[in-house]
Amino acid sequence: MKNGIEQPIAETMFVDGRELPIEGERNVLEIARKAGIDIPTFCYHSELSVYGACRLCLVEVEGRGVQASCSVAPEPGLRVKTNTRQVRDIRKISIELLLANHDMNCPTCVRSASCRLRELSERMGIEKLRYKAVHTPREIDRSAAALVRDPNKCVLCGDCVRACHEIQGVGAIDFAFRGAASAVVPAFCHNLDAVECVNCGLCATVCPTGALTPKPEIDSVWKDLDDPDTVVVAQMAPAVRVGLGEYFGMPAGTITTGEAVAALKAIGFDKVYDTAFTADMTVLEEGEEFLARFAGGGRLPLFTSCCPAWVKYAEQYHHELLPHLSSCKSPQQMFGTVARRVLPNHIPLDGKRLVVVAVMPCTAKKYEAKQEKFITDGQPDVDHVITTAELGLMLRQVGLKLDGLEPQSFDMPLGFKSGAGVIFGVSGGVTEAVLRYAVEKVHGAPPADVTFHEVRGEAGLREAAIQVDDVELRVAIVQGLANVRAIADQIRDGNCPYHLVEVMSCPGGCVCGAGQPHTFNPAARRLRTRAIYNSDKTLEFHKAQDNPELQRCYAEHFGEAGSHAAHQALHTAYRQRRRLHEIDLSVGSNGTADRVRVRVCVGTGCFLNGSQELLRQLIGHVERNGLEQRVAVSATFCMENCGHGANVSVNDTPIERCSLEDVCAAIETALASPPAAVPQL
Amino acid sequence: MRVEEKQTTVDRETGSQTIGRSFEKVCEILDHHQRNPAMLIPILQAVQAEYRYLPKEALAYVATSLGLPPARVFGVATFYAHFALSPKGKYVIHVCDGTACHVKNSQGLVDAIRKRLGLSEDKHTTDDMLFTVETVSCVGACGLAPVAVINEAVHRQVSPQAGVAAIEKILESEEQA
Ligand code: SF4
Ligand code: SF4
Ligand code: FES
Ligand code: FES
Repeated sequence: MKNGIEQPIAETMFVDGRELPIEGERNVLEIARKAGIDIPTFCYHSELSVYGACRLCLVEVEGRGVQASCSVAPEPGLRVKTNTRQVRDIRKISIELLLANHDMNCPTCVRSASCRLRELSERMGIEKLRYKAVHTPREIDRSAAALVRDPNKCVLCGDCVRACHEIQGVGAIDFAFRGAASAVVPAFCHNLDAVECVNCGLCATVCPTGALTPKPEIDSVWKDLDDPDTVVVAQMAPAVRVGLGEYFGMPAGTITTGEAVAALKAIGFDKVYDTAFTADMTVLEEGEEFLARFAGGGRLPLFTSCCPAWVKYAEQYHHELLPHLSSCKSPQQMFGTVARRVLPNHIPLDGKRLVVVAVMPCTAKKYEAKQEKFITDGQPDVDHVITTAELGLMLRQVGLKLDGLEPQSFDMPLGFKSGAGVIFGVSGGVTEAVLRYAVEKVHGAPPADVTFHEVRGEAGLREAAIQVDDVELRVAIVQGLANVRAIADQIRDGNCPYHLVEVMSCPGGCVCGAGQPHTFNPAARRLRTRAIYNSDKTLEFHKAQDNPELQRCYAEHFGEAGSHAAHQALHTAYRQRRRLHEIDLSVGSNGTADRVRVRVCVGTGCFLNGSQELLRQLIGHVERNGLEQRVAVSATFCMENCGHGANVSVNDTPIERCSLEDVCAAIETALASPPAAVPQL
Repeated sequence: MRVEEKQTTVDRETGSQTIGRSFEKVCEILDHHQRNPAMLIPILQAVQAEYRYLPKEALAYVATSLGLPPARVFGVATFYAHFALSPKGKYVIHVCDGTACHVKNSQGLVDAIRKRLGLSEDKHTTDDMLFTVETVSCVGACGLAPVAVINEAVHRQVSPQAGVAAIEKILESEEQA
């Protein structure tokens, strides 16, 4: 302070001789990228932990030699060079080695246009492979409804592993084996549909190659479009209108609602409707459910239920939260139900089959539509689910460009929506839409302002309190399923302050779903979000309850919101789900067919209810009484009845809250009765 | 890349111990380590000592008990060479294939032993669960090449004939038992 003026001196470092300020970046890589130098990476993702394995991000650090820039912390005065001969050579070799081990069927890979490996090999100027190809083909896993896992395309960057574990708290896939056999696989190399994957698709979003991709349904859509005996209608989710443009090279956040409608018509859809219509409907149903619980001392907080990945997560990990989940079907499934009820009055079907196709930004929606509870008499409520990117591909298949189309409007009546339905596409949007309804109901008159800035934002767990007269509504917004844990703990400990909790598995919400066109643009989330809010602003109505078509639909088909008829059609129920399939731990000697089979659940829920001790005592009982040859005991992982543990089954008859006496008595009865009759031929 | 879908009941080859105790043992191991996920590797070592390999059901049980994703536990179990995911025979034969042994015809030794037991590069364990034959890289006894280790006992300068003879001897003693 020699001359009395205090000047805050920015801390700086040097990248390729340029002086750059250090502003809280995690590492040198982020500083360089901020300066517009796109250091190549595979294993770096700004929202995940640093892994430091791909060795592509190398730079030369003065005085320290070549280092991985993702793992070097910025320091004042540090000097790095990103472009030395050595660095270029090592990067090139790394890519060449990856290519030698890669299944290079690029023309048939869905990610060839957005593949990081392809892009980098071109950038590094690799023209031929100097290393012998060592790739041995591995089986492609198409078991899941939402995703295809092709290990032949994997570069072992681990982005998917960390995303699934750190952001979703699932950990369905992980590294296994070593050396040349290394692979990213579900537990025990099971298929993805036999493990705890929730179909969120985040792994596919972060994967730099075509190793994890949304499962395509384009062919079955074309088939129905070609069929003269069908009437094919589309429902388009809010997020699609701000994502599709990117597929055709438009800037992120371009709103192309009218073009998308025109595009669907152009490829043969008979009618095009808006999923935001049934999102409005969800607002009314969920709003009523919320207000009833709020006023009547019902179970709170109420959790939203429109994200199917979240629902599956709750069904697998948090059976105690299931009564907290809104019973509302998601907008996609509500649309399926409503369309089959309402549309025959509006479109002459003439005996033709009504086919409902959903266009979604999401992979989990594919799984959702295929659940048994949404299939009535063999007819799924929603026949096919395609992603935003798949719609883009269908257009390209027939040579259509989005910007060459004259915008069209949605068909009526299911194409009319308020802005409330549209903001379902962003994190915080469902909360805000429900608040626009609930606040009006509580206050008894429309609120002066329908925007609730306090619920908007980017943090993974946000909270807000909204004062309505003398009532305070406390809400929380969660994105990324790992963030649910904190709230579940509060509920368990009886100190959860919230009334309403919104959960979306995708960071950013549906606009960043795994079905959106693939992007490496970190600004895309912000731009798409802004576009959704802008889209709300341009609409005539902003509150679901003001939607005149929705009011008419209720009057004609469902009575009041929250009525019995509405409940019958628009609500659903949840079930507990085991996380691992087909795994039983046999604790008795090899079985013969006529023995009594006893299974004791040692899943997390039953474990907490003392099932392990029960199993020990049971084994002791069997041994003491010399029953080893007649009673086969096994431990199993979750019988999907977790709240009522310990769960035991004796010859497939379930016993909940089972004690040692209960199971021993059941064994005795089973031993006394003759062995089950073998069916005669 | 599939894990062998062998039947992996727990009771096989656990000697005089009954299965119930073996399950109890896993619970004890978990309790002994306070069900601490950071102790995964020692826990797996102890479980393997109990079962002689890591049955996937036991891995699933360990994962559930530690609150870890089963995929992570599977990953750890497949990463370390000393963990085995399929059951091993009563006699585990490791033939060294390090450089020194290799030049002294360790390949001929492996081939002869495999041929005698009906095993191959892909099939390591006999159906009667008596023998497992594996190659290992350098057991650190290069002066004795070629080396075979049968259940910890080191056999030196083993010719193919001597290898087969050692097996015949074990078979004989097993028949008498
Ligand atoms: S879809 Fe989601 S839950 Fe499933 S493996 Fe990928 S990231 Fe994990
Ligand atoms: S599947 Fe994709 S994200 Fe996962 S390790 Fe392989 S290349 Fe990386
Ligand atoms: S990005 Fe730094 S090592 Fe992969
Ligand atoms: S843990 Fe789910 S039923 Fe036992």
